[in-house]
Amino acid sequence: MADPPLGPATTAELAEIIIAAGRSGSRLAIHGGNSKAGIGAPVDTVPLDMRGFAGVIDYDPAELVLTVGAGTPLRDVLAAVAAEGQQLAFEPGDHAALFGNPAATPTIGGAIAAGIAGPRRLTMGGARDHLLGFTAVSGRGETLIGGAKVVKNVTGYDLPKLLANSWGRLAALTQVTLKVLPRPRTTLTLIATGLTPAAAIAAMARALGSAADVAAAAHNPATATTALRLEGFEPSVAARAAMLPAILADHCRVAPLDPAAADALWHGIANVTALADAPVLWRINLPPSAAATFAAPFIAAGDRTLFDWAGGLVWLATNTDPATIRAAAAAAGGHAMLLRAPADTRAQVPAFHPQPPAVAALEARVRRAFDPYGVFETGRFGPPDAD
Amino acid sequence: MTLLMPEPDVQTLAHRDAIIAALRAIVPGEGVITGNAPLRAYESDALTAYRQPPMVVVLPETTAQVAAILSYCHAHNVRVVPRGAGTSLSGGALPLADAVLLGLSKFNRILDVCHTDRVAVVQPGVTNLAITRAVEADGFYYAPDPSSQIACSIGGNVAENSGGVHCLKYGLTTNNVLGIEIVLMDGEIIRLGGRHIDPAGLDLLGLIVGSEGLLGVVTEVTVRLLPKPQAARAALIGFPTVESAGQCVADVIAAGIIPAGMEMMDRPAIHAAEAFVNIGYPLDVDALLIVEMDGVAVECDHLTDEIVRIARANGAVTTRISTSEDERLAFWAGRKAAFPAVGRLAPDYLCMDGTIPRRRLPEVLRRITALSEQHGLGVANVFHAGDGNLHPLILYDANQPGQLDRAEAFGSDILRLCVEVGGVLTGEHGVGVEKRELMPVMFSDIDIDQQKAVKAAFDPRALLNPGKMFPLLHRCAEVGRMHVHGGALPFPDLPRF
Repeated sequence: MADPPLGPATTAELAEIIIAAGRSGSRLAIHGGNSKAGIGAPVDTVPLDMRGFAGVIDYDPAELVLTVGAGTPLRDVLAAVAAEGQQLAFEPGDHAALFGNPAATPTIGGAIAAGIAGPRRLTMGGARDHLLGFTAVSGRGETLIGGAKVVKNVTGYDLPKLLANSWGRLAALTQVTLKVLPRPRTTLTLIATGLTPAAAIAAMARALGSAADVAAAAHNPATATTALRLEGFEPSVAARAAMLPAILADHCRVAPLDPAAADALWHGIANVTALADAPVLWRINLPPSAAATFAAPFIAAGDRTLFDWAGGLVWLATNTDPATIRAAAAAAGGHAMLLRAPADTRAQVPAFHPQPPAVAALEARVRRAFDPYGVFETGRFGPPDAD
Repeated sequence: MTLLMPEPDVQTLAHRDAIIAALRAIVPGEGVITGNAPLRAYESDALTAYRQPPMVVVLPETTAQVAAILSYCHAHNVRVVPRGAGTSLSGGALPLADAVLLGLSKFNRILDVCHTDRVAVVQPGVTNLAITRAVEADGFYYAPDPSSQIACSIGGNVAENSGGVHCLKYGLTTNNVLGIEIVLMDGEIIRLGGRHIDPAGLDLLGLIVGSEGLLGVVTEVTVRLLPKPQAARAALIGFPTVESAGQCVADVIAAGIIPAGMEMMDRPAIHAAEAFVNIGYPLDVDALLIVEMDGVAVECDHLTDEIVRIARANGAVTTRISTSEDERLAFWAGRKAAFPAVGRLAPDYLCMDGTIPRRRLPEVLRRITALSEQHGLGVANVFHAGDGNLHPLILYDANQPGQLDRAEAFGSDILRLCVEVGGVLTGEHGVGVEKRELMPVMFSDIDIDQQKAVKAAFDPRALLNPGKMFPLLHRCAEVGRMHVHGGALPFPDLPRF
């Protein structure tokens, strides 16, 4: 690529770059720390580095609202809220190692644009649920806002929902306003061992349907370990931990896990470390009730899996034909995203599960509403629309 | 008072009989309603200051019928206004003289409940409360609880992204909906989301929730169910000043506590509510907090102790903790009756719905008091204190010439104030027709044009729920006055009350 890297630090510079690209017909690949660069088809377009938009802009812990530059390193954001006894409740993980680029530093904008969320996504919502507002520059080169800097707002369309998980295809995020929440005072993990995936999903559903207020639930078939995480104030966590053996009496025995081991376990699930060496990795979102049946043939064939979100998220390391995986995910009522694969596979197999034609057409119209000239259509997520 | 709505389309009005005949071919029997008297039943939603009978009402029973109606209307350039239960407080379901009112009231079935996935699949006309009623025997409930939950429909909740007193802890509708079936204006039926978490591509589901019926007609909703908490307890705490109550709220959150509900009432609201329900609210305080804790009993005990400690440290003069479920409900009865209670103070009231950064509350209430004197109208304030959502209730008498205009002007001033201090025009009621012209206070022309471009991606002919959310008036900055924009003319100004 002959073009020099682009690294704007103001919305005016960013707008100028985008307008110029629109005029010349070139395309821009928005990026932060490049930790997720290994997702999607390899592309040869001009990189647009957003890390110039960094730093905390406004943070009032009592208002539960934080505004930061989109290019701020995720770890800096996590440190800033932790210093105030708060957290990003959607628990965004660090997937740099997973994509073979451990030196990369994920940014908050990248985590939001990729919709990254960890085990607590199950009960506390994802990036979409915690993005209250944003400033961005659209494919028209216009600086716009969506949402607001308060926790409760229904004024106009909920554009933050659309920008979260948009993978840089609508607009370049420069600022994000996030809902922050108190960090739980205590965390306790209970584990059960020896369950099959089907039995683990039944046990997790029972626990999540109870008043024990379980925050996260995951199952690792490799170790036949099922983990339930309780969070909150100490007396409450103790009382709920005491309830669970009776609630789960028909399913399994549970025992508390040592805190250090529990931290390592959840860190490993959030960052999918158990499957970080897999050459091909899929992420399947599906109803928990369908997860065990979906995974059974893969497990029988020796493929490795990891169940998060009480079974609603299956990480699958397999060399099975993509069409077979996607047909099985769709039949289960879900969808399959190709997270990691050799470049030649990624060039052939789209990262996102193909949508029905009417939805795909609607998505394309929505993308054109933000990016009429296709400045952000790099081909990473399929061929640019023929228009 | 004159509300501007899009000019009725002459062609549509001229072809009214043919349109009705086409609708009768799609929905047989009593599903198509015409005639002056029956149409009056649909002339307004809960924002009763604005009324307009629709051209015709159609009440389909199947998604295929909805698709056929929209497809016909799209092909013939006929406007459509969707309606759930008609409980919108922002005029979201206000009919148009030349539009088909598409009512979803016959979509009233709960289709499925799954405990493993913790979801309910329901039709859009099912009421919010009916979902909880259907699953509570199994220990579940649907968390968002707008105060109209006995009447409002889940389809309307999706359109408006409805909240409720528990939404600080449990989220709004958007955080509790996993999937929808929706019919686009051209009749295309699509499904977004499902029983799983997170979409395959763009989060169009997240865009549609809260889109006020402008992007499509929802025909099925999959909601997330939560296990019912073991216990709930409420604290009633009186403060000598709004400042001390506000500081207590901030300190509760700083202590790491997100209560299930945290409501504040000012002195006029306390007095009105107590006179209405008589349950022993303290009358010698300037601010009353109702704080609800839920969870296991031990958690309620622990949080109650913490909150009482924080309240006393902030100068609380009364603290009462509910000792029974009856008493907890009694504490809430006054708050939940605040609107009708305030309604007894004057023949009419206008309910506003701004959100502000909580720390600005004392200042905002002082300035609302000053505005109250300036406009010569009384006001009472109830406040979702945890999330900064303020409901000033403006008292007026529609039979007194000019009072509604003054009430609307007062309301607009309050919402401008909310935006000025860093907040928003609406926290949970929606923009609708009510706050449409204030959108430029919060958004630039670029922002509004971007939202219109999104609308055009769904409905390029702007046939679905026109006249809502986007301003019709063109602001003329140099003279600071509003002018009628080309094409937008007053529609018949109908009697109020």
